[in-house]
Amino acid sequence: MPIISRGFSGRRREESPQLPPGQYLTEDFPVLSAGPTPAIATSDWVFGVTGDVAETRAWNWEQFHELGLEEIHTDIHCVTRWSKLGTSWRGVSLDRVLDGLDVAGRFAMAGCYGGYTTNVPVDDLLGGKAWIATEFEGAPLDPEHGGPARLLVPHLYFWKSAKWVRTLRIMPKDEPGFWEQNGYNMYGDPWREQRYW
Amino acid sequence: MTGDWTVGTVTAIAPQTPTSRSIDLEVPGWPGNLAGQHLDLRLTAPDGYTATRSYSIATAGAGTRVQLAVDRLPDGEVSPYLVDELIVGDQLEVRGPLGGWFVWRPPADDRSPAEPVQLIGGGSGIVPLMAMARAHAAVASTVPFRLLYSVRAPEDVFFAAELAELARSPHFDIDWVYTRTAPEGWSGSPGRVTRERLAEAVVPAALDPAVFVCGPTGFVETVADLLVELGHPAARVKTERFGGA
Repeated sequence: MPIISRGFSGRRREESPQLPPGQYLTEDFPVLSAGPTPAIATSDWVFGVTGDVAETRAWNWEQFHELGLEEIHTDIHCVTRWSKLGTSWRGVSLDRVLDGLDVAGRFAMAGCYGGYTTNVPVDDLLGGKAWIATEFEGAPLDPEHGGPARLLVPHLYFWKSAKWVRTLRIMPKDEPGFWEQNGYNMYGDPWREQRYW
Repeated sequence: MTGDWTVGTVTAIAPQTPTSRSIDLEVPGWPGNLAGQHLDLRLTAPDGYTATRSYSIATAGAGTRVQLAVDRLPDGEVSPYLVDELIVGDQLEVRGPLGGWFVWRPPADDRSPAEPVQLIGGGSGIVPLMAMARAHAAVASTVPFRLLYSVRAPEDVFFAAELAELARSPHFDIDWVYTRTAPEGWSGSPGRVTRERLAEAVVPAALDPAVFVCGPTGFVETVADLLVELGHPAARVKTERFGGA
């Protein structure tokens, strides 16, 4: 039996079917990071896939773009309860990134410039569900939002969409990343409100 | 504990600034919390509509008393209710404590290495830092603590009297940044925090302080970038931001 909050009527009343339970809509783009924003020049940027794969591979900025950017239109949901609907991105699909790499493990750990990590099942990275994004709303991705490139896995809470991504380490077993060791859920499905342990 | 909503009762309310106030809750079964953790707070309208937000906790340690301090956001849904409507005796649902990163733990004993701590707060970003300052005082810790607190004007200081009291400790120092209006007798001029101000008011990187920065996104971005420029390793700077960029 919920406690009724005396005198509270709620004025936002966001009932959009696109809004997962316990979320509210925001028009701006809040920034949540555990530390300072790293400064990464695209000339220094490298992204690689390592771990439980037949062959590790790495790309510099130009090589990575040759994989082919695509348009992405998606909603994003932060565990701190804001959601932002109808965002536009450009990025490289993880299907393309992992294509031909003979991925053996079923889990992945994203590693980032600055040291952040987060774990995602490989199945959640494939099938047109995940990208490495380099543009947001028609402009290069701002550093505070993860630029020059961030993981984008919008069907999970946004802490899984690791900013400043540098590596994807394929793992045979699931392991907790940074926030997953600090109280957050291993999977993070916003529609099932998998926020915390 | 984390997964369950529990009912807290408002036991005290005190104005903090013209747009904010502190709210004391008695939460039966609260397991205590670390300094710097937050909780989720849920409001429910008579028709069942709910709104949930996260708030930093200003208190730390064991016990079932939990204090929040909430600033009214102009277009907010929950904060105006908490600042303008809530009265002593009301009940609120809370869940927590949450977060295991932006926390300070007192050293286990006097022989533990006592790394200095630098707190840097902007506006209501003082709240989790206040929990750390209180935890520091509660155990009479001799760990060197230093707070840099940026506010628009003197009336925007949260916990002003208690901070003045804490600053009497030889192990706790406070420096101020006034962005718009400085108090009478203030030697500097009002303005946003600068590299020079940080260099003089922050524990030097050479002493390897643990740094906690909390405030609006723009403030935290600026301060964290400057700290890195001043030689603080990024891994030693923990941040908590609120609001958009």
